[in-house]
Amino acid sequence: MTQVILNGLFVGSFYALIALGYSMVYGIIKLLNFAHGDIFMFGAYIGMTCLVAIPGIGSLGIGALAVILLVSIVLTGTTGVLIEALAYRPLRTAPRLSVLITAVGMSFFLEYGVRQIWGPDPQPWPSNGRLSDFLSTTDATGAKQQLSVPIFDGALTYSQLVILAFAVVLMAALALYIGKTREGRAMRAIALDQRAASLMGVNVNATISRVFFIGSAMAGVAGVMHGAYYSSITFLMGFLLGLKAFTAAVIGGIGNLYGAMLGGLTLGLLESIGTTLLGGEWKDVFAFVFLILFLTVKPTGILGERVVERM
Amino acid sequence: MSWLEVKDVDLFYGKVQALRGLSFGVEQGEIVALLGNNGAGKSTTLNMVSGIFRPATGSVNWDGHDITKIKAHKLVEMGIAQVPEGRRIFSTMTVEENLKLGGYTVRDKATITRRIERVFHLMPRLGERRSQEGGTLSGGEQQMLAIGRALITSPKLLLLDEPSMGLAPLLVAQVMEIIHHINEAGTTVLIVEQNAKAALKIAHRAYVIDNGTVTLSGPAAELAQDQRVIEAYLGM
Ligand SMILES: Nc1ncnc2c1ncn2[C@@H]1O[C@H](COP(=O)(O)OP(=O)(O)OP(=O)(O)O)[C@@H](O)[C@H]1O
Ligand SMILES: [Mg+2]
Repeated sequence: MTQVILNGLFVGSFYALIALGYSMVYGIIKLLNFAHGDIFMFGAYIGMTCLVAIPGIGSLGIGALAVILLVSIVLTGTTGVLIEALAYRPLRTAPRLSVLITAVGMSFFLEYGVRQIWGPDPQPWPSNGRLSDFLSTTDATGAKQQLSVPIFDGALTYSQLVILAFAVVLMAALALYIGKTREGRAMRAIALDQRAASLMGVNVNATISRVFFIGSAMAGVAGVMHGAYYSSITFLMGFLLGLKAFTAAVIGGIGNLYGAMLGGLTLGLLESIGTTLLGGEWKDVFAFVFLILFLTVKPTGILGERVVERM
Repeated sequence: MSWLEVKDVDLFYGKVQALRGLSFGVEQGEIVALLGNNGAGKSTTLNMVSGIFRPATGSVNWDGHDITKIKAHKLVEMGIAQVPEGRRIFSTMTVEENLKLGGYTVRDKATITRRIERVFHLMPRLGERRSQEGGTLSGGEQQMLAIGRALITSPKLLLLDEPSMGLAPLLVAQVMEIIHHINEAGTTVLIVEQNAKAALKIAHRAYVIDNGTVTLSGPAAELAQDQRVIEAYLGM
């Protein structure tokens, strides 16, 4: 059972990282950015391409991952900013549905744009960037052996631990940024009352851009980590993960940051426990059962009602 | 030209015209009141000066700048603050966070802290509630907070939209006292009020707006005696 929980938390940390971007954007402009999952996918493709294309990156060892993370953060963040400025901003006063449809269109654009460039087949993650290879030993027979840490009667591999720790650090940093800094306060202010925020001197457009940058960059990070861990990426990988992250955001209470983190981990756990009880083929069913369950029974999510307006 | 000069302004919401050839001026150091019925265009005027809405024709000049097209957040930085109609407190943020947001354009943290303390000194009730969420304050306390929040930038021009709305008479007097005090300390004030009596007491001059245009203007003391004003706004 411990192992089931550990696996759930691990997968949940991906959901949480992506759910954060969903939730931040919803919090600040009340838009369900359905292109968000595809930013995650795009981040993975950027990482993969860097591993192939940057000369000498293989000689950096595990440092290569730091390089591709950085490139991915910059490029996915910028992509998010551009999407907002070009596709969503002109529609800011339009009916919600128009923007929602635009977001779905943006999602297709990213998916099939990537397919156009890199092709429809799943891409193997280059061997110079596989996290498990860095964190393993070679045993007597020459086979690679993953290093792992026992936790009660289960275990986490070093790779899982690194990813989990990274996700936790990112989330903590984001929580501090939103909760304690001047810019974070401005984001929360816009989420509550855009007019009042600009009367306080907040540059609303710049702040919304910043939210898109941060949210997209987090998704980009998750994309690189996903590729480095699972070793294969496809242009449609953001679709399912995006929907699950959306579910996680709803479970936690959309618009609420702690809700997104909590929702991500909760969904990971529910999925892990559910598949253990009912079998792996049910994996993707859980997310959507819980989505429907929450939307009908508690649409405000775990963290209650008033937090919906919060960021 | 006046220090703040609004000139021949037309402003539309879609097809609805809210301001029609509106012109008025405010001199530095004054308290000027804008009076008028519901829907006359008072809030629209303040929001135009604040850069939230842009006029279709006409101009707004202030402190030697043409500010007609300058964005709201820039104007805050330049020294125009507004206490908006309905207060618009950030409801889930604490009193202190609301005040910090008021100082968003002030880069120096020590300055912000000092000015927040000054607001607490001016309005001790806020100081006692510094960690309370804005949305849970009473109406009067929220009004104090909205005024306090606008003071953190140390504005040169303070715009107030119906600060007495929903307040008990005693509190109205208190709020007017605070505004008077702020003006004494060097801030120019443009105040919109339904409570004409209270506003005319502290204002130097006043304009009456009707249907988006100025219909009467003069020193506050004279307008307070004007039969038309008395009938329409002082309810006697
Ligand atoms: N966002 C808007 N969209 C369309 N019309 C508007 C909008 N805001 C104001 N108006 C119209 O513009 C006119 C002026 O409104 P404004 O809010 O400036 O009046 P006011 O003098 O402040 O009134 P009150 O004393 O009731 O606050 C009104 O006829 C109002 O209906
Ligand atoms: Mg008004």
